[in-house]
Amino acid sequence: MRAAAVLGLLGALLVLTGCQREQRRFSEVAPASGRPDRLRASGFNPGDRQAPAEFRNPYERNAWAAAEGKRLYAAFNCIGCHANGGGGIGPPLMDPAWIYGGEPVEIYASIVEGRPNGMPAFGGRITDSQAWQLVTYVQSMSGLLRKDVRPSRSDHMSVRPSEQSGTSERRKPPQ
Amino acid sequence: MTAPRPATLAVLGSLLALLAAAASRRTLDAALADDGQWVRPAKDLAATRYSSLDQVTAANVKTLRLAWSFDLGVERGEEAAPLVVGDTMYVVTPFPNVLYAFDLTRPGTVRWKYEPTPATEAQGVACCDVVTRGAAYADGLVVFNTLDAHTVAVDARSGREQWKTRLGEIARGETMTMAPLIVGDKVLVGNSGGEMGVRGWLTALDLHSGRLAWRAYSTGPDRDVLIGPGFKPFYTFDQGRDLGVTSWPPEAWKIGGGTVWGWLSYDPELDLVYYGTANPGPWNAEQRPGDNKWTATIFARRPATGEAVWAYQVSPHDLYDYDGVNELVLLDLDLAGRRRKVAVRPDRNGYVYVLDRATGEVLSATPFGHVTTTKGVDLTSGRLTYVDAKKPELGKVVRGVCPAAPGAKDWQPSSWSPRTGLLYIPHQNLCMDVEGVEASYIAGTPYVGSATRMYAGPGGHRGLLTAWDPVNARAAWRITERFPVWSGTLATGGDVVFYGTMDRAFKAVHARTGEPLWRFETVSGIIGQPITYRGPDGRQYVAVLSGVGGWAGAIVSAGLDARDASAALGFAHAMRDLPGATPKGGRLYVFALP
Repeated sequence: MRAAAVLGLLGALLVLTGCQREQRRFSEVAPASGRPDRLRASGFNPGDRQAPAEFRNPYERNAWAAAEGKRLYAAFNCIGCHANGGGGIGPPLMDPAWIYGGEPVEIYASIVEGRPNGMPAFGGRITDSQAWQLVTYVQSMSGLLRKDVRPSRSDHMSVRPSEQSGTSERRKPPQ
Repeated sequence: MTAPRPATLAVLGSLLALLAAAASRRTLDAALADDGQWVRPAKDLAATRYSSLDQVTAANVKTLRLAWSFDLGVERGEEAAPLVVGDTMYVVTPFPNVLYAFDLTRPGTVRWKYEPTPATEAQGVACCDVVTRGAAYADGLVVFNTLDAHTVAVDARSGREQWKTRLGEIARGETMTMAPLIVGDKVLVGNSGGEMGVRGWLTALDLHSGRLAWRAYSTGPDRDVLIGPGFKPFYTFDQGRDLGVTSWPPEAWKIGGGTVWGWLSYDPELDLVYYGTANPGPWNAEQRPGDNKWTATIFARRPATGEAVWAYQVSPHDLYDYDGVNELVLLDLDLAGRRRKVAVRPDRNGYVYVLDRATGEVLSATPFGHVTTTKGVDLTSGRLTYVDAKKPELGKVVRGVCPAAPGAKDWQPSSWSPRTGLLYIPHQNLCMDVEGVEASYIAGTPYVGSATRMYAGPGGHRGLLTAWDPVNARAAWRITERFPVWSGTLATGGDVVFYGTMDRAFKAVHARTGEPLWRFETVSGIIGQPITYRGPDGRQYVAVLSGVGGWAGAIVSAGLDARDASAALGFAHAMRDLPGATPKGGRLYVFALP
């Protein structure tokens, strides 16, 4: 009886979490077609404290989007500058330091709008969904995503610990 | 008395101008020959980096001490050579490329400072740290390149900008990091960006106006490469029409690299300028079947017109990022009983080439580092022979590839002492694992297509100073270092050789034996070019910049994360312990005897 209840509960959990993990969104309203009205590259503002803009990554719990992001990360030459997270021309993405902010919306803004010290603006070259898939993968590089969402091992020469092993000292992955 | 006619005036005027030009040419020749000054990064047109100054000797160098120093305020790879003209020293920093003029009559004081304010976006297309390799002086002008692909001339006395010319587009991945060579009234400059799918070129600007005189591309049809009827390459594989097009898949030459970011030298007797072109793009060689001319090639050209006189492709269809841009030191050597005019080139591919600089014939090519990728140079055909087992392939990991992508020696320039007959080669001992991956071209982003990770070669040391005897084609002595020796070397008339290490030591060794004589600990690792000069007080000084960085030191200067072995195109993996050995920095050091 008890075992059945546990099983049922597990089943329900699977349905609740697993579905989103496996979801393929082939046609959808572009998740970021609405831009947040307040973008900030700093957690600090003058005057009264303002609540940070709530704008979550719509793919935060989607493993397929993370894997797709990993593919795009290579296809759009992100890898040429940021390597597999360790950096080169651009800063590392696997460490806990973020020059322009590590909130999903800040990563999104870096990709789409570019940054003045060399990050090119990819807006107009990639779709909004692709941008968010890239955000999802970038989050996974420093362990900012739930473990079951992060991509598994790479098919190429192993040059870095798998995204699975990443931990972030700064942020807890969303539960 | 009748007034002179305007025509007579014009003739007189142009005569005067000619005389003035001739006079300033003589002054410059005198400055180049004067070992009290250091007016070009390579010291002289033959690129020897040798000064006959001999107050500092192997016997007394142990008492050398700090005379003065200056914090440059930029903490990226300091690869430049300071220049000394009369009583002024000029130093150009990495991005944002600030030019300082120091008053040597009052050591440590700044006469003026010139800021070109290059576009900040340029940092995003500079493959290997935001470095510059220095300025050049001629006719009262200090000329240098900015990271955002401009050449600028500054009045040496006032620090006022005389002209500034845009030569490339950062949006297409073009930057400029090399030091110009000035020959007569031509400023010769080239672009960087071989990892960004740019098309390489060497350009001549008029020294006084900054106007473009000619541009010689490294790829494309003969008319773009300035190959005409006077072109006589020595080897058959370098002969034919439009090889810069036909040795590529269709259109690939347009994004094929062959940038000109290294060293140039000039022989006034033969009236030939020598330089090399960089790697083909992308690194993934399967995407560009063919010889990929004229990448990884040595060119000899006429400075007045740019016309190519000969070319020799050092690494045809390069497989490993073996740029052909290293220095060509012009020497007259007795080889097999004959006096030969040669160019000596320690190449990235691991061989020291001795070339007849009139014809481009390879007289010898001898390995000076550990080489597994090639079997040598066939002196009949001139071709480098590759080892099949080490050819990178798409989706396959090839291990034990030596030398690694930075080569047995990268940009860091050698020096030559006519007293010892030795070439002092600063270099590295690295191997790599490599896997080909597909490269997609998006203008202004990297175009590489290769996953690499590097590590120390046999012996475990990553750096070397090799004293090379080019006549007998063998090393006279070697010093091993923990990290790549990424600094230039300096040879002096006192039989002292100076160089710096990435773990913060500036060193003097005996030019004949390599015996360590002196060392000084600097604030940061050294990857700059040491120079020597006679100060206004008549004493000999030695100067060098400290500030780790460059491709080898990017792990520190750009704060990379070495848990990813592919960081900095795989170089960070070989430098994991560098952050424990040096912080960032940017400081000029000047030394003298007490």
